[in-house]
Amino acid sequence: MKLPIYLDYSATTPVDPRVAEKMIPFLFENFGNPASRSHSFGWVAEAAVEEAREQVAALVGADPKEIVWTSGATESNNLAIKGAANFYAGTKGKHIITVKTEHKAVLDTVREMERQGFEATYLDVQENGLLDLEVFKAAIRPDTVLASVMFVNNEVGVIQPIAELGEICREKGVIFHVDAAQATGKVDIDLSKLKVDLMSFSAHKTYGPKGIGALYVRRKPRIRLEAQMHGGGHERGFRSGTLATHQIVGMGEAFRIAREEMIEENNRVKALRDKLLKGLQDIEATFVNGDLEHRVAHNLNISFAYVEGESMIMAIKDLAVSSGSACTSASLEPSYVLRALGRDDELAHSSIRFSIGRFTTEEEIDYAVKLLHAKIQKLRDLSPLWDMYKEGIDLNTVQWAAH
Amino acid sequence: MSYSVKVIDHYENPRNVGSLDKDDSNVGTGMVGAPACGDVMKLQIKVNKAGVIEDAKFKTYGCGSAIASSSLVTEWVKGKTVDQALEIKNTEIAEELALPPVKIHCSILAEDAIKAAVADYKKKHGE
Amino acid sequence: MFQPVYLDHNATTPLAPAALAAMLPWLDGLCGNASSRHEYGRRARQAVDEARQRVAAAVGAHPTEVLFTSGGSEANNLFIKGAAASLRPGLVGVSAVEHPCVLKPAAQLQRLGWQLHTLTVDAAGRVETDDYAALLAQRPGLLSVMLANNETGVVQDVAALAEAARGSGAWFHSDAVQAFGKLPLDFRALNAAGVHALTLSAHKIGGPKGAAALLVDKRVELQPQIAGGGHERGLRSGTENVAAIVAFGVAAELAAAGVAERAQRMRQLKNRLESGLTVIGARIFAVDAPRLPNTSYFAFADIDGETLVGKLDREGFAVASGAACSSANPEPSHVLRAMGVAPEIARGAVRVSLGEGNDEHEVEQFINALRATVGRLQGLTAMTV
Repeated sequence: MKLPIYLDYSATTPVDPRVAEKMIPFLFENFGNPASRSHSFGWVAEAAVEEAREQVAALVGADPKEIVWTSGATESNNLAIKGAANFYAGTKGKHIITVKTEHKAVLDTVREMERQGFEATYLDVQENGLLDLEVFKAAIRPDTVLASVMFVNNEVGVIQPIAELGEICREKGVIFHVDAAQATGKVDIDLSKLKVDLMSFSAHKTYGPKGIGALYVRRKPRIRLEAQMHGGGHERGFRSGTLATHQIVGMGEAFRIAREEMIEENNRVKALRDKLLKGLQDIEATFVNGDLEHRVAHNLNISFAYVEGESMIMAIKDLAVSSGSACTSASLEPSYVLRALGRDDELAHSSIRFSIGRFTTEEEIDYAVKLLHAKIQKLRDLSPLWDMYKEGIDLNTVQWAAH
Repeated sequence: MSYSVKVIDHYENPRNVGSLDKDDSNVGTGMVGAPACGDVMKLQIKVNKAGVIEDAKFKTYGCGSAIASSSLVTEWVKGKTVDQALEIKNTEIAEELALPPVKIHCSILAEDAIKAAVADYKKKHGE
Repeated sequence: MFQPVYLDHNATTPLAPAALAAMLPWLDGLCGNASSRHEYGRRARQAVDEARQRVAAAVGAHPTEVLFTSGGSEANNLFIKGAAASLRPGLVGVSAVEHPCVLKPAAQLQRLGWQLHTLTVDAAGRVETDDYAALLAQRPGLLSVMLANNETGVVQDVAALAEAARGSGAWFHSDAVQAFGKLPLDFRALNAAGVHALTLSAHKIGGPKGAAALLVDKRVELQPQIAGGGHERGLRSGTENVAAIVAFGVAAELAAAGVAERAQRMRQLKNRLESGLTVIGARIFAVDAPRLPNTSYFAFADIDGETLVGKLDREGFAVASGAACSSANPEPSHVLRAMGVAPEIARGAVRVSLGEGNDEHEVEQFINALRATVGRLQGLTAMTV
């Protein structure tokens, strides 16, 4: 067994060997620029790009013409929110709705829109991490131009009611953007049925390469965007810049595999996740964060009370997991997602996100369970909070001398 | 984040983990930090008649640097008088453990823990 | 399999074997997210940091001056829009022969209250000094003049232009995507002359598509154009493309290390090519200007460029008509128009851009094929007239 054991598939996934194999010829012999129209090097690259576009579209029930390549989900989110809000601000208004548990790529973009004169509502979620439809409905105003709600949360893995939210948005004439970076290959996505106008995708969360993503832009009814990157007019003017053929080919192959193997893989991954959950549940004072039912199969987010997250990461360095979101891990702030779920700071600090994937084995889960039992015990032996808990002291009644 | 060798050593083999009887009149207990900030340190010192710290114990809820900082000060205060212990500065702790800037607050907390433990001891002795 | 002779290196280049070798471990097996704190993440972070050092070292910059982006277009957009967002709307000046990913963002600034001055070029494609002086007198806020043109290969004297702009208080940017690897490039020296930012791209120097860099003087205040997560010092968010960045680092090192020798070899090949072209009767654009050692841009009277490159492709030679990025555009090249080339001649433009893989034999073969093809086409033209 290779250590550390990788249980951080929500941060990024390894490139599937089948994906790498498809990519490599486009790095070397088929290296042409897909925009080169005058020779076979360009045509071969362009054909590969279009095949990949079909593969991506097929996974999510879209038309290939609705897929725009970007450098990743972060750029897709920026393009969707800035592009649509700016385009429709004049006709629809300047109010944006999003959710407090969104990825930074959405939250920071919406904050930027606020600086540019838009108003934003950041909705609370319920304790299980799910958005209340009534709360959402109530937030819509006559001048609401766009709503952005993620499909699957990156930290707690809960699945938002996108179909229902889409119905509400369509009825009210609000453009609906969905960040689906964590959803592809994990949940069924059918854009021919969902009333979603814009959807962001990433390759590297679904066993494809980093540096490539896509934005779905609905054609019927047609959604228009202001481009955010200007230049040679690639991607029908939505996004200029030379297309990275090998990365696009990789994303296409990764999404093809996801489509074909999703059901089987999710069953396997769920069995491993449930085994992990079962193995950890008998540790005293542990709490699962986020709804267990409306949740992707591969995610488990648990708070181990009275153990600080970073010291735990250090103690379990044989496990590659994350405490809080990967993108904010340089900060000392407790996870804003868990805070939004109503977890107090202490439990937010002691949370670990386990995310299981295609290459996780049962042996690895067994090892993880054993290791966690031992290390949590060790850290609790070190923890003054654990002593207090054992003495029956309610930590909330203690006057802490905050520094 | 990469930790220094000394932090890892203290973290993996913490010195003087445990508790002393907080009701003992020769024991001073300091508890600093807050769960919300991600670190709580409990430092206890046992002082003999000559005013010298003869034992010290700690328990810490916090990151590796916080655990290392508290482990280190239990070593440093032993054999010192309470007033000498008060002279330990956070900068010395940070330097000894080669703490990165984002972890300096751990050394400040450790210094505060010494002060709190000494204050508790002095209070018990009517000073 | 029959492999055509590739003579379109300004569009993109094959990956250098060393860059491919450096890249593969990050595609094959587990590459962490460089923001993750565990071992896989730290290794990825370290690889990105090392690549940043390599890119910086290759062009005499400091690693903290290197911002990675997804491509040259993004880097140019980031500088123009990002720097403009930190300034009060004023005057932006760009040369008429810039790549669209400079021209269009600059034009976009007009919506924010900026005035656009498009600098004219002379018949040889060089920025006209009178127009430039007139622009400087109006105290522009932003200037962008490319180091070398992708179509003609014309090299601008960017150091002198920047030097002249120093008193104006403008931020001076130069798109060096085509120059890097073909000419010696020293950001420190250019920076001393008054250049505040340079754009580099991996796939033009034997690196992969999907990685590029904006080198930027830290005095320039940039507003990020892609928000979320705070990567690249908060100036460009998004999970780092580790594999491509690593390969970019290696390619940059190779590009810089062999530049003098490469330029020499390319120049010899190009001279050979152009003496052949002259014999066949081609008109070579911008012959009077300093040009990249690998680029030759030419036309034949009464022969459509699209038709010619199509025929050449069938003969086994991959060349370009007009710039790759605007190939979908049937309009004649904006670069040639700016140089005052008549549209009917500009429509005939064909670009040959040589690369490391090319040799004299290929150039000879190309000239022969071109002579025959041109002869046939001219024969046809004569008949139809």
